[in-house]
Amino acid sequence: MGRPLIHRSPMPGLGLSMGITLTMLSLVVLLPIGTLLLKGANYGLAGIWETVNRERVWAALYLSFRLSLLAAIFNLVFGVLLAWVLVRYRFPGRRILDAAVDLPFALPTAVAGISLTALYAPNGAFGQLAAEIGWKIAYTQWGIFIALVFVGLPFVTRTVQPVVEEIEREVEEVSATLGATRLHTLRHVILPMLTPAALTGFALALARAVGEYGSVIFIAGNIPLVTEIAPLLIIIQLEEFNYDAAAAIGIAMLLISFAMLLLINLIQVWSRRRIGYV
Amino acid sequence: MSDVSLAGPPARFRPATGESAGARWAMIVIAFTGLAILVFAPLVAVFVVALADGVAASLQSLASRDARDAIRLTLTIAAISVPLNAAFGIAAAWLITKFDFRGKAFLITLIDLPFSVSPVVAGLCIVLMFGANSAIGGWLVANGFPIVFAMPGIILATMFVTFPFVARELIPVMIEQGRAEEEAALTLGASGWRVFRTVTLPNIRWALLYGVLLCNARAMGEFGAVAVVSGKIRGQTATMPTTIEMLYQEYLSVAAFSLAAVLALLALVTLLLKTALEIRHADQLAATHRH
Repeated sequence: MGRPLIHRSPMPGLGLSMGITLTMLSLVVLLPIGTLLLKGANYGLAGIWETVNRERVWAALYLSFRLSLLAAIFNLVFGVLLAWVLVRYRFPGRRILDAAVDLPFALPTAVAGISLTALYAPNGAFGQLAAEIGWKIAYTQWGIFIALVFVGLPFVTRTVQPVVEEIEREVEEVSATLGATRLHTLRHVILPMLTPAALTGFALALARAVGEYGSVIFIAGNIPLVTEIAPLLIIIQLEEFNYDAAAAIGIAMLLISFAMLLLINLIQVWSRRRIGYV
Repeated sequence: MSDVSLAGPPARFRPATGESAGARWAMIVIAFTGLAILVFAPLVAVFVVALADGVAASLQSLASRDARDAIRLTLTIAAISVPLNAAFGIAAAWLITKFDFRGKAFLITLIDLPFSVSPVVAGLCIVLMFGANSAIGGWLVANGFPIVFAMPGIILATMFVTFPFVARELIPVMIEQGRAEEEAALTLGASGWRVFRTVTLPNIRWALLYGVLLCNARAMGEFGAVAVVSGKIRGQTATMPTTIEMLYQEYLSVAAFSLAAVLALLALVTLLLKTALEIRHADQLAATHRH
């Protein structure tokens, strides 16, 4: 490539900002992740596979992914609706509703975890109601689903909201003038514009849910093979000083996260090409 | 729209764009109900359980030794890790927005990396790197500077999970503001440091505060990564969130929820300040926060 590595610039502070950025990035993020990957390399693919290929690990990974996917799908639908309502409609309490969307980002996960458990346990406010129709929520997979919906709630709304704001009303008016019903306009004009941002939010919510620990372990019950999530398995291995096994599961999760990161980037590239903004 | 019709709107007039009143209200009701169940209910539950035995009992549990130690440790951790991450965020945003170099997109991806790594995996990475069985960790322990199961490990774990917060807020704002003002100041003979202090900093202060707010909320509330590296030693490495877990598992529900209520209040204050910033200084925040 003919491009210079660094373009000449009159701006000061190149060395200083580059030094701080690279040093801290390496020390805090890259070297620790590198250590995990190195550990995996020493352990070998066969070793990792041997650790991961156990019923209990598969069950945990499958559980984490299945419930994260379901929670992200719920958040996709609810999040798009919420974004639409918050941008397009004016009603009393809109500001409070808008601020409340961010609560799952601000509330510590351990706090959310014990609070959701208090609500959905058999003697809790919602748990009692559910128990009357024979529905057990806390300490079952339903409880994990609810915790994952909680932590992933803001992502889709926050990525879709700016896009709804940018939609030009003329587009809708043209569609209506051409004889489209409102439903037809929403389905064939609005929805395609929101899809890329909604998918980005969906992928972010999914990635967050797969790695989530704090809000889930209290409500999950943590029964092996039934309600045991993948991050908990790492903690259990570490408590038994089983570092190799912990590293193997950690690498499996890390690779899955990287795959999702790649997916998010691909979606963004695709959406930029298609729409031109986002 | 409606004033076009000379005869006035028909009895069942519907604007061409926008949903019918029925659909609109149905969606607003769904939005309110959904958030009431999913978000408001858990928030209220924290305070209801915390105050189950009265305000006095709740305050008394907060005055206990465990609670006081945990609050002190959490404040210390935040006081160290948040300024470090703010410094990183400013340096990274400066580097990314003021210079052109190869691999910039890759650098941004690396900075965002902690968002897609599970906090538990983050903790695991730090244990593997600095734990007593590792080469570096063993040497550090032998020289009386343990990292894992001690404060430096908690700070590293906290910094890992909050790493992108400040940089993410600053980069879009600084891209939008461009380089012209700084270049003008440089042409007039200002030193680099003076340009940053008198031109850049005033332009980015609200975005910086916004990032620091979010970073601080997450730093004080981090559980998964800290649980792995801290060892949860009472009075030494038990932060507020890990102490909540210990109290909860000992069935000390009022004590656990009282400490949780303190963190919930912090979350509410964070949201309040964040919303105030979005209303009053929207033009100086990243475009996605303007509504």
